Amino acid sequence: MTTEVGAETEVKKDAEQAGAGQAKDKPDEASRTTEDEKSRKASSEEPLDSSSVPVPTSPSSQKKAKDLSESKGISRFLPPWLKKQKSYTLAEPKEEAKKKTVREDQVIEAGDCQLPEEAPQPERSLKGAATEKEHSAKAEEKEEKRSVSSAETQPAKEDGKEIEVEKVAEEKEEKQVEKEEKQVEKEKRETKEVQTGEIKAESIPQKSPKKIKTVQCKVMLLDGTEYSCDLEKRAKGQVLFEKVCEHLNLLEKDYFGLVFYESSDQKNWLDPSKEIKRQIRSLPWLFTFNVKFYPPDPSQLTEDITRYFLCLQLRQDIASGRLPCSFVTHALLGSYTVQAELGDYDPEEHRSDYISEFQFAPNQTQEMEEKVVELHKTHRGLSPAQADSQFLENAKRLSMYGVDLHHAKDSEGVDIMLGVCANGLLIYKDRLRINRFAWPKILKISYKRSNFYIKVRPAELEQFESTIGFKLPNHRAAKRLWKVCVEHHTFFRLLSPEQPPKAKFLTLGSKFRYSGRTQAQTRQASNLIDRPAPHFERTSSKRVSRSLDGAPIGISDQSLLRDFPTARGGPAGDKVLDIEGAGQAKLKEGSREENGSPVKTPQLELIQDGKSSHETLDIVEEKKQAEVGREEGVVIDETNKGKMQVATDAGETCKVELLSKKDSSSLPSDSSSSSSSESEDEEVGEYQPHHRAIEEVIREEQEEEEDANRKKEHQEKIKQPVEAPTEGSKLNVPVEHAAQVAAEALAQENAVTVATEEKKVSEEVKQDVGEEKEEEQLRLNGDVSHVDIDVAPQIICCSEPPVVKTEMVTISDASQRTEISTKEVPIVQTETKTITYESPQFDGSTGGNAGVLLSAQTITSESISTTTTTHITKMVKGGVSETRIEKRIVITGDADIDHDEALAQAIKEAKEQHPDMSVTRVVVHKETELAEEDEE
Amino acid sequence: MAGLGGGPAAFGRCTHAVVRALPESLCRQALRSAPGPDVDFARAEREHQLYVGVLKSKLGLQVLELPADESLPDCVFVEDAAVVCEETALLTRPGAPSRRKEVEAMKKVLESLNLNIVEMVDENATLDGGDVLFTGREFFVGLSKRTNQRGAEILADTFKDYAVSTVPVHDSLHLKSFCSMAGPNLIAIGSSEAAQKALKTMQQMSDHRYDKLTVPDDAAANCIYLNVPSKGHVLLHRAPEEYPESAKVFEKLKDHMLIPIANTELEKVDGALTCCSVLINKSSEL
Repeated sequence: MTTEVGAETEVKKDAEQAGAGQAKDKPDEASRTTEDEKSRKASSEEPLDSSSVPVPTSPSSQKKAKDLSESKGISRFLPPWLKKQKSYTLAEPKEEAKKKTVREDQVIEAGDCQLPEEAPQPERSLKGAATEKEHSAKAEEKEEKRSVSSAETQPAKEDGKEIEVEKVAEEKEEKQVEKEEKQVEKEKRETKEVQTGEIKAESIPQKSPKKIKTVQCKVMLLDGTEYSCDLEKRAKGQVLFEKVCEHLNLLEKDYFGLVFYESSDQKNWLDPSKEIKRQIRSLPWLFTFNVKFYPPDPSQLTEDITRYFLCLQLRQDIASGRLPCSFVTHALLGSYTVQAELGDYDPEEHRSDYISEFQFAPNQTQEMEEKVVELHKTHRGLSPAQADSQFLENAKRLSMYGVDLHHAKDSEGVDIMLGVCANGLLIYKDRLRINRFAWPKILKISYKRSNFYIKVRPAELEQFESTIGFKLPNHRAAKRLWKVCVEHHTFFRLLSPEQPPKAKFLTLGSKFRYSGRTQAQTRQASNLIDRPAPHFERTSSKRVSRSLDGAPIGISDQSLLRDFPTARGGPAGDKVLDIEGAGQAKLKEGSREENGSPVKTPQLELIQDGKSSHETLDIVEEKKQAEVGREEGVVIDETNKGKMQVATDAGETCKVELLSKKDSSSLPSDSSSSSSSESEDEEVGEYQPHHRAIEEVIREEQEEEEDANRKKEHQEKIKQPVEAPTEGSKLNVPVEHAAQVAAEALAQENAVTVATEEKKVSEEVKQDVGEEKEEEQLRLNGDVSHVDIDVAPQIICCSEPPVVKTEMVTISDASQRTEISTKEVPIVQTETKTITYESPQFDGSTGGNAGVLLSAQTITSESISTTTTTHITKMVKGGVSETRIEKRIVITGDADIDHDEALAQAIKEAKEQHPDMSVTRVVVHKETELAEEDEE
Repeated sequence: MAGLGGGPAAFGRCTHAVVRALPESLCRQALRSAPGPDVDFARAEREHQLYVGVLKSKLGLQVLELPADESLPDCVFVEDAAVVCEETALLTRPGAPSRRKEVEAMKKVLESLNLNIVEMVDENATLDGGDVLFTGREFFVGLSKRTNQRGAEILADTFKDYAVSTVPVHDSLHLKSFCSMAGPNLIAIGSSEAAQKALKTMQQMSDHRYDKLTVPDDAAANCIYLNVPSKGHVLLHRAPEEYPESAKVFEKLKDHMLIPIANTELEKVDGALTCCSVLINKSSEL
């Protein structure tokens, strides 16, 4: 059940109100976005003072709140040193600088790039005296406020800059370079923590060589050797990957990738498009070169060398038990390996034990070795390349070939494995395949916290899409799985990668998309390969096999591990792979996890990275980061922070989908930057597989098409009720307006709005609920102008057209499914009720009263059952500054929740938070969704 | 070459067959899912001899014939006692306790063939060979009254190269009571709702697309496909006298050498064509 409250609060403040000191007196005042009257000077460097007031909380909770808030968006960009300092009382200048950072970040994001931490410096110099002025007033402010105030205060000058975001960004870049040195010294202590923006990589040429810090990087190759190189500290994954491929002389590289391990079974693919440092955090710069996408038909690879590397990977997979096979197959594959590496069997040369140096199976027996020898003799005449091909022809038929397994639990808490492969998603229970979802059958893949969901198209004779949920061990695992799915789907099913989604206003979740070439593209590309077959030596198996005796997969060289004492306490040698669970790729032991410390490391790092060194900070809080896309220039104010503390243990809400759909349409934003969207802690992610264009699925395509249409309609239906109220109130001002030329036009519109409102306040007569219903509907459709009382909101009820919701059934087992299907009573009774507490409705009649939009911002917080989104729009209109606050509160929960009470509470809170503001409009959109209650 | 059955091309290859004579006790004591007319033992024997004759004389298989055991009334249905794939044989633990001892004789004969023998020792596991459909690419295991999850797991452990998917079976004795392989990549399936449902499940579970041959009668969907070097595709199917409509469907298979075989008597005690033999492809040199 969801109750959505969109409470729009109009705030008008005079200059007097805006005083910083005053602000302090109103502890709970949240999105207090006051505008200094001085701002009439709007035109330039007058920084508007909008101070929000600290919530009187204990230091720790404040910190927490801070953390949370940071996780929301922009704050992610705060350099760690900044975050670290949160707990100290800061000197004014510094504080100011940080404040600027925040703003800068916003600005630059809009320009599709990230701003390195040095940003504050140039900004400071720019600001000069104006900022100094502020200092005194703000000295006591807590840091949390900074983000608020900075984002809220967007002097006209800033606006100007933002219009040409990119340029500005560049300028700053340069300035930043100049300033960097100083900065470095100044912040000595923190610099090593500094996380650099991606922009830096692009601007390398500008930097003085001094700035380039290199890191030694080690990569374990498939033949067991180690490759090291020095990398610029801020290099992206791609740089390293290219280096490795070059070293390997590999052209068909799209099937491969680099892996880093957080712990033994937490294998992460290095994203080529993102900075390495940001991905590995505090982990050692130690990677493993692996096959990422196992080609279903290796014979279609162009070069032998590519097949060779695939063979090496498979030999590892087999010897480790990750790729289970029978005795006979072990022997057969082993015999091809021997043939490829040693050539024809030679009784002279190949004495009895020549074979034992190889490892063919996790539990190799004498008998198996004999069989290998026996088979080896039969391969006479096969060239190494032919032997490799034969090896692959057999290996590719193994049922677990190319299946990436993930531990999970089904809805009933039963342990299962989810396997991602070229064709789709496989579900295993104790080695048995219990279900399978081919990519064409999957409409959407998403994760939220530690839950992973797939939405599948209705089976024949079924009317409803079903969503199937799985529980992963933690949210990172869920995200990993989600990413692997997104990548596999894109690689194997699409002709070209999908563009990362645009950053949407209020979008929840990861914007991750696969950015490499698809299989179709890589095949095309490799058709163009025109070089003589490169020479390479096949000598590796022995080495690989030896190291595989005990080493964790992928980290076969022990010495490497020794280089990183922190990464790993004990020797890897005697640890055994979990081959018991045949088909389970899990490495039980034998890697960094053992001594415990490494496991901590990433978490600790998370924390540092995230915000402060506050140790008790829970990962859960970290997850909050993803709540709002950071591109939005989100600002968190005090109130919301308070709420977000609650959000730490937030209950599961399944409304993500709805929200994002709504957002996508009503609140567009261009400020997306694909590269900046990385956060390991994104709590949710969504991906709707588009099955364009793959030869063998034409028939499916059509089905999909239909389905897509159906889905679209479906979405639209959902969207409608949610969207309508927003439209009506014209409050969905996209954030990026602040950063765009278009802002002005919009500002005008808003100004009009405001003017209207002033006029019509208190004209409203209360009406009968029944009438209101109709009226609301009318308004929803036609945006009929409507006037309301300012203080006493009028209640309007409105019934929306019923929305047919997706049936939420949780079946992970196809066999169960067949039984269950009879029980599946279609649930269509979705009740959608929209109650609107109406306030001013504006029409254009009073137009012409142009204003200047100063800023717009969005804040999202979440608590157990409510998600509060605060949208603040600020503008100056004819000398009067005006702040509009819209709060959208989504109350999610079972039937148990008293929605009315929750709503009342929400309104009350809003009023408390903004005592001197007036609530002008409350829109309630109520949605009952029976099926979803089953979900959690 | 051994690996993975040599691929789909080698599907149906077979050198040996294990069969077992019928005990007289079958008539009265054999398990049956529903009461019905008595088994005419003499006729049952004649039909069985014909069946064995086809395998032996017509198709040239080496038939290993086990003697009947009067204490095991169902012993003629050897299929349930073992699952053989390539060089590996899994001795089952039949779901019906009265049939467990049938495995002993089977074990001996399979050992004599030098197969890798895996025994199902887990006392919680049950598996009837009649619930195991091997398609050449993967296994489907019917979860029925006779076969449970644990049994299927052990099968999956035994044949690691292949995917093993489970299919619920409710209305009939075994998975293969209404389906079987009628060719490489071709699944013969009955028309009943249960059969069609099971097929759907199998299709969903598989990465591979199978062709299907739908026959009107579930019982007729149980046939035996063989790939005999000198004869090509060979299909043993139920006689037209028994299932005329289904026989017509089989007759449309132009590439197959069709051999109708009557099985009227054993059908009374839930016997189907596949039930009466274990087919083994023994590559001589290895």
